[in-house]
Amino acid sequence: MARIPVTEEALVERFGPHLNEAPPGGWDADLEIDDVVATHCCFCGQQCGIKLKVHDNEVVGFEPWYEFPFNEGKLCPKGVKRYLQGSHPDRLLHPMVRDESAPGGFRQVSWDDALGKVVSEIQRIQAAYGDDAFAMLSGVSLTNEKSYLVGKFARLALHTANLDYNGRFCMVSAGAGNKKALGMDRAPNPWSDIPLADVVWTAGTNVAETFPITTSYIWRARDRGAKLIVQDPRVVPLARTADLFLPVRPGTDSALFGAVLHELIRNDWLDHEFIEAHTVDFDQAAAAAADMTPAWAAGITGVPAARIEEAAELWGTSATGMMLHARGIEQQVKGTENVLSAINLGLATGKFGKPGCGVSTITGQGNGQGGREHGHKCDQLPGNRDITVPEHREAVAKVWGVDESEIPGKGKPAVAIIEAIHAGEIKGLLSICFNPAVSAPDVNFTREAMDKLEFYATIDFFLSDTGRHADVVLPGSLHEEDEGTSTSGEGRIIKINAAVRPPGEARRDGEILCDIAERLGKGEHFRYAGNEEIFDELCRASSGGKADYTGATWARIEAEMGMFWPVPEVGHPGTPRLYEGGTFAFPDGRARFHAVPYRPPAEVVDDEYPIWMTSGRVVSQYLSGTQTRRIAGLVDQYPEPLCEMHPRLAESLGVEDGEPVTVRSRRGEITLPAAVVTTIRPDTVFIPYHWPGKQAANQLTIRAVDPVSAMPEFKVAAVQVAKAEAPA
Amino acid sequence: MKTARYGIDERPIFVIDQSRCIGCEACVQACSECGTHRGQSLIHLERIDRVASTQTAPMVCMHCEDPTCAQVCPADAIKQNEEGIVQSALKPRCIGCSNCVLACPFGVPKYVADFDQMMKCDMCTDRTSEGYAPMCASVCPSEALWYGTPEEFHARRSGSLVDGWLFGRQAVTTKVFAVVDDVASGPIDVPSGEERSWLDDPFGLEEDRP
Repeated sequence: MARIPVTEEALVERFGPHLNEAPPGGWDADLEIDDVVATHCCFCGQQCGIKLKVHDNEVVGFEPWYEFPFNEGKLCPKGVKRYLQGSHPDRLLHPMVRDESAPGGFRQVSWDDALGKVVSEIQRIQAAYGDDAFAMLSGVSLTNEKSYLVGKFARLALHTANLDYNGRFCMVSAGAGNKKALGMDRAPNPWSDIPLADVVWTAGTNVAETFPITTSYIWRARDRGAKLIVQDPRVVPLARTADLFLPVRPGTDSALFGAVLHELIRNDWLDHEFIEAHTVDFDQAAAAAADMTPAWAAGITGVPAARIEEAAELWGTSATGMMLHARGIEQQVKGTENVLSAINLGLATGKFGKPGCGVSTITGQGNGQGGREHGHKCDQLPGNRDITVPEHREAVAKVWGVDESEIPGKGKPAVAIIEAIHAGEIKGLLSICFNPAVSAPDVNFTREAMDKLEFYATIDFFLSDTGRHADVVLPGSLHEEDEGTSTSGEGRIIKINAAVRPPGEARRDGEILCDIAERLGKGEHFRYAGNEEIFDELCRASSGGKADYTGATWARIEAEMGMFWPVPEVGHPGTPRLYEGGTFAFPDGRARFHAVPYRPPAEVVDDEYPIWMTSGRVVSQYLSGTQTRRIAGLVDQYPEPLCEMHPRLAESLGVEDGEPVTVRSRRGEITLPAAVVTTIRPDTVFIPYHWPGKQAANQLTIRAVDPVSAMPEFKVAAVQVAKAEAPA
Repeated sequence: MKTARYGIDERPIFVIDQSRCIGCEACVQACSECGTHRGQSLIHLERIDRVASTQTAPMVCMHCEDPTCAQVCPADAIKQNEEGIVQSALKPRCIGCSNCVLACPFGVPKYVADFDQMMKCDMCTDRTSEGYAPMCASVCPSEALWYGTPEEFHARRSGSLVDGWLFGRQAVTTKVFAVVDDVASGPIDVPSGEERSWLDDPFGLEEDRP
């Protein structure tokens, strides 16, 4: 049973998080720099260029990479301090097995013993319970090469259908919406389109804290006189200077978008030529919005009707416009519907395929774009192909040199995998770069599920909160210890360069997977001379798919400072802007409008749980905090989760700023200090989710998912809030 | 990518636009990576009133032509280099009295107890003397802190540049510029209050509901 071996205190003492405060040798060490490696930041989908300074196989500092065109040297605080994740006291240096008698609950073993144990447990579980009883969870901190390799490994070496990835908690609603409406899943625009927009509308994205670099693009649009609309339950930092603020109640975005469509139609702010020539099903979308008046939407969304009308006028009468949306509208049980209703607004006004025009998701995780293309999703094969479509399976089977029937079918998405573990259907798990003990909804349930596994192995560089449950821990590689590519939020394939070698006995992730495959008797499919060979195979496997990398090479990517896919043939220049000339990625070239009637969130407030809770990120932390909670400067900046609430709510609860409050939902409770601010809706509280255990915001969130994308509803829960009782 | 050297070629300028600050603290983190004071962040990032607003304001040394900090230093420890960059107090001379901390009209110098010395922004002399932008302006994601030539500024950005300040009767001219909306429109004043903005009532609590 994969239970935590020793007390949390003992685990923390050995594996941290400890704080790395200074580079190797200390701040005063005047180390000679052996090498300066141009690569990219590991945190977030912006994938900013950065140069890492190396001394004696350790990263000792950074230098801005001014020449990289996306960020021109700019970085957020995470990027500035990212180098301190290396040479870290918590770094896993040796394979380990669970041993309650060992200090920290884990005992060092040889690679041979560790891999032997992993393989024998995979074989035991699959023999006893069937192939699909062993699952794999992956993550998009991995490069394209590793994402591809994990997909192939799970299908051919593990022969399990049950592979999914942590992008399930990030990008899947945007991906599903893009595919349904536009025909493929990529941000439609290079970021250089943002400054060309006359109106910029950010919907459910705290750009300043989660995608700081994008701020400069929005300012450039504003320098040209662009109007800015911000839609959020909080007056996020970017909103402060917005022309229009839409203070939407959590979980009601499609009502707002529906009312805007209603207004576009009522005022005839439509691009009839575009609708006629390049789309289908406008009438259905219009019919669904027929009764969605601003007055109706005001009641649901809490946004004054006059502001909805103003937003429609700004969007409908501007020649160019970009809408940027992120997890705020996507992490809902109607995330896909929200995205579709946002895209409706772009299609209705002809804002696609032209400079300064688009409705675009902002990809969240490091390789959140590339990681959702190459086949480590439960329903996907490389090239963003569909694992249920026979021709797609045939195409990939040919590249893999197997019969189509050897590729398993569609598996369960992440939450369903966790539920199947809890239900005892899935007995074994291998994970890489995924920390659901912090990042999954309803984490108390997730931890119970982990306890029930008969066997759990993890590949990681730090012992994550999930990794503490492991029977076998395999030390993998940090971003700066391996070479490959990733694909940034604007669809730009970029080169990740290794600055150092993995320390101690740690190994590159791909080598570990290939070794396991070899021991499982599937080595013939996993013999690569290096990662570039994996990339070349990835490109071949993507050929003819929607995410087509055919003409991409490491050499070109590096020389051209990135390439925008699709690159459908050798020598192709790449495709920065999609849908030029109104040609969408469907056989008929036409985009699809969708009828989006409004439906409420999975859980709505009531007398018992009267306050809305929403969750998100802060600028100095990244995702589940496995890396960023170990870097002193970043922890100093925001040391613990706070519960943001409006003074009106605080007053009604008798709570002062900084006093502890207890927030309860039907799933769990959390006690944390109140941050009393006028920048949040009075009916809503906000808690950032980067912390584990008793500090986990996801103790409160609901395990309800979008029926299309299987995205959990992280953004909406009903809670009660009270002044915390004094500790006994 | 090198630009002309600050103060030497009289070309690049340092610009602060407080209105663009998003409070991310990239500048605070990057300042501590500056070669001349590694581990010690000297930039200021003020939260104005977090209850009321997310407004934050970064502050580097403005590098006054005739620096008040140097005028009030009883130990003659604060010097400008030949490019007019005001330096941290000279360690052998600084007596840690904090006169400069109190006197600076921009609130820039810090008395750092660990070193018993006044330390302050030196415009990343190690970088700017070699033609590189200071750390804070290199990384600032919102370009609230910006470094380049006036021509580049005006080609890329809106707003007017200001380098003259009045503190009571004290007039100060600085090497660092601040951005204001339109300097030609006259003295910067507080808003009249007649213009309504959503900021007066962000959540529409006072607006008529249907």
